[in-house]
Amino acid sequence: MSDLTKLTIAEARDALRKRDVTSVELTEACLKEIEGADALGAFVHKTPEIALERAQAADARLKDGDAPAMCGIPVGIKDLFCTRGVPSQAASGILEGFKPEYESTVTQNLIDAGSVMLGKLNMDEFAMGSSNETSVYGNAVNPWRRGNEDTALTPGGSSGGSASAVAADLCLAATGTDTGGSIRQPAAFTGIVGLKPTYGRCSRWGVVAFASSLDQAGPMTKSVRDAAIMLGAMAGHDPKDSTSADIAVPDFEALLTGDIKGKKIGIPAEYRMDGMPEEIEKLWHDGAEMLKSAGAEIVDISLPHTKYALPAYYVIAPAEASSNLARYDGVRYGHRARLAQGDGITEMYEKTRAEGFGHEVQRRVMIGTYVLSAGFYDAYYNRARKVRALIKKDFEDVFAQGIDAILTPATPSAAFGLGEMAEADPVQMYLNDVFTVTVNLAGLPGISVPAGLDKQGLPLGLQLIGRPWEEGDLLNSAYALEQAAGFVSKPEKWW
Amino acid sequence: MSIDIDTARRVAHLARIAVKEEDLPALAGELSNILTFMEQLNEVDVEGVEPMTSVTPMRLKRREDVVTDGGYPEKILSNAPDAREGFFAVPKVVE
Repeated sequence: MSDLTKLTIAEARDALRKRDVTSVELTEACLKEIEGADALGAFVHKTPEIALERAQAADARLKDGDAPAMCGIPVGIKDLFCTRGVPSQAASGILEGFKPEYESTVTQNLIDAGSVMLGKLNMDEFAMGSSNETSVYGNAVNPWRRGNEDTALTPGGSSGGSASAVAADLCLAATGTDTGGSIRQPAAFTGIVGLKPTYGRCSRWGVVAFASSLDQAGPMTKSVRDAAIMLGAMAGHDPKDSTSADIAVPDFEALLTGDIKGKKIGIPAEYRMDGMPEEIEKLWHDGAEMLKSAGAEIVDISLPHTKYALPAYYVIAPAEASSNLARYDGVRYGHRARLAQGDGITEMYEKTRAEGFGHEVQRRVMIGTYVLSAGFYDAYYNRARKVRALIKKDFEDVFAQGIDAILTPATPSAAFGLGEMAEADPVQMYLNDVFTVTVNLAGLPGISVPAGLDKQGLPLGLQLIGRPWEEGDLLNSAYALEQAAGFVSKPEKWW
Repeated sequence: MSIDIDTARRVAHLARIAVKEEDLPALAGELSNILTFMEQLNEVDVEGVEPMTSVTPMRLKRREDVVTDGGYPEKILSNAPDAREGFFAVPKVVE
């Protein structure tokens, strides 16, 4: 078979089961692509030996029959996931040299399902960023380019390496994590599918924590069907994560009928932002028309507190980050600063954290420290948590009215150039999350589906937001949208 | 809310991040901008709203208070920048 790395999970699974291809062949093809793709900066720790070992084991399992869907499928793993014996740095200098003695639950689930880890993928440091420019490894680069230009574009962030690797066919799929849009925004920027499950669907155990009440792992794939397959392998109850939901994981793929007749799709008025590019507006409108043609009912809805989601997020996420990142103290793992004569433990902490954390991480930790500090806790943190309750209620109200899913743009623009935001106010970068962040605050599932190209030939995505725990129904709506949009474009290979 | 240089210095210390004296004005400016952005939240009427504590209404699971894991100090210490004789080593804490 040719072009093995371009296969979807579903295609590869069928070929593997028919013995048309072996996992070792698939894995070797991916490893070769990865070797030639250093210009994308996607894979930051390559694990070819582990990959081939697992591929051989998968082939043996496939030979015995009854192998799960992910068996033998080569995937990339975001550097935020702890993987036993393999560097897991969250793209931070402070975790330089850290090799966990344990495996995150999600990656263990993927191992148990027989999937093959090709290596660790680039990301924004501690998942804090929307362009993959805060990584200690350097930028990940989008395989897509504007027309005939050779300007390097961002693959988005924080799961930028995952998005780049999947879009460039270096692997069949990748894991991502999403705290404010970090799966869906990069998926939209690179023309792939990205799913953030309901909070609690995938275990957070062994995933380096950023903001624990918002973080959620999910699949980044080439198709909606693949997202359904991979989510099934990643999800499940885990006693090691107290917020992991103890509910059954359905066969998501079996729920993909493409039939959305009678489904009520909400269009929230508040997502129509001032200055929104016409192309995004048109894409959104076209997406609604497609769902309508497929038999869905389009309903105008209101989510009145949408405007306050970003400021609430930028209080809550840094507050949680400042607590979570307190563990990086130069004592137990990672980097410790070289100390001067007479330096005590406080100097060790302060110098270690100044050297180990990048600029954006430092800024967020300090903002979080400030909003949690005595005298400001009520004014900022508690107020933000109250606003969060109102944002969640907005969604509960429309779901109570019978809305099945909500359609919005995934991002306010197509991918921008690396470095283009360097001089901008940090708040400008935060605006990238404007359509996605509400979903994290409310703990809902959301999926980004590639739906078209802009004038410069760059992919644009639409987002569907679903009811809690109904990823199956959400995936089915996304499947209908995917079929109607018929997005098949691929970036031209330049790397 | 505007953050002055003294506040920036205090926040950096609370966060245990060394910031050079000459970098404090820029830091104060950045933090002030972000806080200004957050102040939009003051427009919202939150009277009588309970702060959200949990994404899903759930009672945290409980389990027996027993040891379920452990017994491998060498693994725990394997990533430490400085470990000696089965302990994490740090600079002198008490004079």
